[in-house]
Amino acid sequence: MKKYILAVLVDNKPGVLTHVSGLISRRAFNIESISAGYTEDEDVTRINIEVSVEDDRELEQVVNQLGKLIDVIKIVNLGLVDSIVRELVLLKVRATKGSLADIRNIVDIFRGNIVDVSPENVVIELTGSQSKINAICEMLEDFEIIEIARTGAIALSRGPIPIKNM
Amino acid sequence: MQMNGAQAILESLKRENVDLVFGYPGGAVLDLYDAVYQARFPHILTRHEQGAVHAADGYARATGKVGVVFATSGPGATNLITGIATANMDSVPLVCFTGQVTNPLIGKDSFQEADIVGITTPITKHNYLVKKASELPRVIKEAFFIARTGRPGPVVIDIAKDVFTTMLDYEYPQKVKLRGYKGDFTGDEGQIRDVVEALGEAKRPVFFIGGGVTLSDQTEVMREIVKNTGIPVVSSLMGLGCIPAKQDGFLGMVGMHGSYAANMAVQKSDLLIGIGVRFDDRVTGKIDAFAPNAKIVHFEVDKAEINKNIFSHYPVIGDLRWSLPIFNEQLQGSGEDYLNRFAKWHKQVVDMDRECPFSYKTNDKVIMPQQLIDTVSSMVDENTIVVTDVGQHQMWAAQFFNSRNPRQFITSGGLGTMGYGLPAALGAKLGCPDKKVVLFTGDGSVMMNCQEMSTAADNNIDIKVVLLHNRVLGMVTQWQRMFYGKRYSQTLLGGKTDYVKLAQAMGMEACRIEKPQELEASLEKALNVKGPMLIDVMLPSNEDVLPMVAPGAQLDNMVLGGAEA
Repeated sequence: MKKYILAVLVDNKPGVLTHVSGLISRRAFNIESISAGYTEDEDVTRINIEVSVEDDRELEQVVNQLGKLIDVIKIVNLGLVDSIVRELVLLKVRATKGSLADIRNIVDIFRGNIVDVSPENVVIELTGSQSKINAICEMLEDFEIIEIARTGAIALSRGPIPIKNM
Repeated sequence: MQMNGAQAILESLKRENVDLVFGYPGGAVLDLYDAVYQARFPHILTRHEQGAVHAADGYARATGKVGVVFATSGPGATNLITGIATANMDSVPLVCFTGQVTNPLIGKDSFQEADIVGITTPITKHNYLVKKASELPRVIKEAFFIARTGRPGPVVIDIAKDVFTTMLDYEYPQKVKLRGYKGDFTGDEGQIRDVVEALGEAKRPVFFIGGGVTLSDQTEVMREIVKNTGIPVVSSLMGLGCIPAKQDGFLGMVGMHGSYAANMAVQKSDLLIGIGVRFDDRVTGKIDAFAPNAKIVHFEVDKAEINKNIFSHYPVIGDLRWSLPIFNEQLQGSGEDYLNRFAKWHKQVVDMDRECPFSYKTNDKVIMPQQLIDTVSSMVDENTIVVTDVGQHQMWAAQFFNSRNPRQFITSGGLGTMGYGLPAALGAKLGCPDKKVVLFTGDGSVMMNCQEMSTAADNNIDIKVVLLHNRVLGMVTQWQRMFYGKRYSQTLLGGKTDYVKLAQAMGMEACRIEKPQELEASLEKALNVKGPMLIDVMLPSNEDVLPMVAPGAQLDNMVLGGAEA
């Protein structure tokens, strides 16, 4: 299986997410993550979809089927162009007076931030590639991870050209 | 112009040249129906919402126009689902208006509420929930544009009840503004040149035509190409009628119940030119062994169909309205004498077809189903529209009815919807009142929407229902006979139902034919009765549709049958 990040520009209208998710389920595509948000154009939403596909033909099907949706304006496979990929994770980790210093060390090494502290836990914020996030999760397991929230991957191509002009 | 939402819908329908709506009223659409009453808008009341949507589908297939449906919220709308899915699979343009509960009640599990946008998302080309009256003109304009352009399909517009009564300043947009959909599908001429070049190398080319040729109204161009090149033609179920069934070099339907010659020609061909087809599994059989020696050409408007089921060496992406005329021109300009070049191949497949045609044996005890189709076919004129239900009778109609024109063989191909036929026949007749409409149905299928006999009778819609009555769910029994050790699980109908009385009770005329000796005379009489008529023809229960390629087998591995078997 190969993973790609598709940047999908869609009309900012009600029902669009239903159409996109409905299509994914109907065609039985494998989705690793999906996220959506506003863009520089108020009428356009950007949906970031991370797909796993067996081969190029399946990838072509995912792109072409998504492209058929009326509200989809543009799809670019950012896995095929030079791009920056990031994911944000929030981690709630058990922390005692004794363990806090160790946790801080780990967070510093990964260039994350502790954004909330309470007597029993800390909340850590970290952005990075998925492998980096997986690595910190592994390191923090010794301290007990109480909860994880991840955004899924988002990506932006390098250089000045936005995907709408690609 | 000030008007309310309901009036705005009818006004928009007029602008889209809609001359007939099929539907069924209910709580959420009372205001819409009040506007229908006041405007005297032409409307056919079916006896079930499923009947309405199939009727609109039959109307659309027969006329090439967009079929329009009204239904109420909740159960009214969910009753449309089978019909919408049917239209979606066969790329039929429909616009379905469904009522939704009032804005404040949406999402509260209110009385007769169902999430129709959610439910219909995977079976529509597009859908809308309209919560503001001011959106109606734009949404309707877009819906018709989307339904009829490109690869056609059904569009659902779900409308909150209070929208119908809300006043708006009506102005119908001149143009559609959609950022993600242009509706213009011209492509790259270079792809067509590549096909012409490939044809220059080919020795055994075959045209494989489908519903796209009919949908894009390119029959004439297709016929000219076939005439000028002499390339043999096979057809999918949806493509029947594009090339006259008895034309030399037309080998008939290909696939599971395709003709021997059609299947053999595909398997032997070195260039298979698919036009407006989607290489459905009922056509290809075992996909790895399909047309094993051929390079595949695929003329197709829907880019997602390319390489979906089969890899195409020469895709031509674009509307056939664009690509086929250019293909025709380029072929004529190539200087090749195709007729001469392919004459030997043409003769080879035509000989195969003559040696092993669709056939059957008659006897003097029972009427054979194929004989019935054949006899009806010989009695009706070339403009007759044939509609079918789904099952054995559908395949026999495809094999034995002499289809001579496009939009005259109307059948649920992709979804295979039993119960489609009767309402679709009503829609076809209302769309083409000057053409004779004959429905071939079975005693299984007809019961699934038999309430529409009442619609036929009350509106005096002149269809001839030919019931192939064999007291079994025939196609399933055939599979049980072949693959399940003759264990006829839940496929034997009791035979107590009197279909003549049923039709008469609904207000239709009806007759029964039991003996081969009376077949011709009785049919002749019944087919010429004025008004809706059911002809109940008693047939044996154990006849198989042949040839047959077992599911998952390769196309040249056919169980033959007919007169030779």
